[in-house]
Amino acid sequence: MQKMTVVVHSGELDKIMSALIIGNGFLAMGGEVTLFFTFWGLRGLMKGGLKKAPLSKMNWGGIGSWMMRRKMKQKKVAPAERLMEDFRELGGRVVACEMTMEIMGLSREKLRGEWIDDYGTVGVYVQETLKADRTLFI
Amino acid sequence: MNGLQADFLVDVSGENCPIPLIEMRKAMAKAREGQIVEIRGTHQPSKHEIPMAVRSLRLRLLGVEEDGGQWRIFIKKEVIPDAEDDGGRS
Repeated sequence: MQKMTVVVHSGELDKIMSALIIGNGFLAMGGEVTLFFTFWGLRGLMKGGLKKAPLSKMNWGGIGSWMMRRKMKQKKVAPAERLMEDFRELGGRVVACEMTMEIMGLSREKLRGEWIDDYGTVGVYVQETLKADRTLFI
Repeated sequence: MNGLQADFLVDVSGENCPIPLIEMRKAMAKAREGQIVEIRGTHQPSKHEIPMAVRSLRLRLLGVEEDGGQWRIFIKKEVIPDAEDDGGRS
């Protein structure tokens, strides 16, 4: 079975969406995927974090991300929360980076524990990537 | 109509990428060996991508039909023996 690891470094809605769409697509086609959330990407695991995530471009103080969410709803594109639930249901693994949690002052209580399989640092990422066929940095 | 009779139906009409693929995968995981699943939808890229996923998953694609913008894909849960070369990864 083919395996992919993805570093989710960015906390913007469009980038987290890309990571979740690619991750779900890979799982749907029979692969294995682990998402490593680090730095700003940890927002994706924070309670309420996905609902408030800005856009990487044209955010306009939140108006841009509001318009993007509205457009996504009109076009029946699944919201990031649903894609995260689907990713979990299809067997995708999620690892939260403990080192960046420390520097960002994030305790485990602030994260959606039900979405997280493991807490670790670069060693976990390297070990899983050595067993993978490909890796992405988003 | 090719007369295929599915054991169950997954309707993703109106849903956009990547939901049709995700729901197909969930349905095939839930189906029992030998069962036939019908996926019905309107998202055009999925009409091509679901058969690609079926090949990657090594399940059996029984047929693809389209009628007035709605497609129907029939998949049988039956593991196809190693026919494709995957580079020796699995």
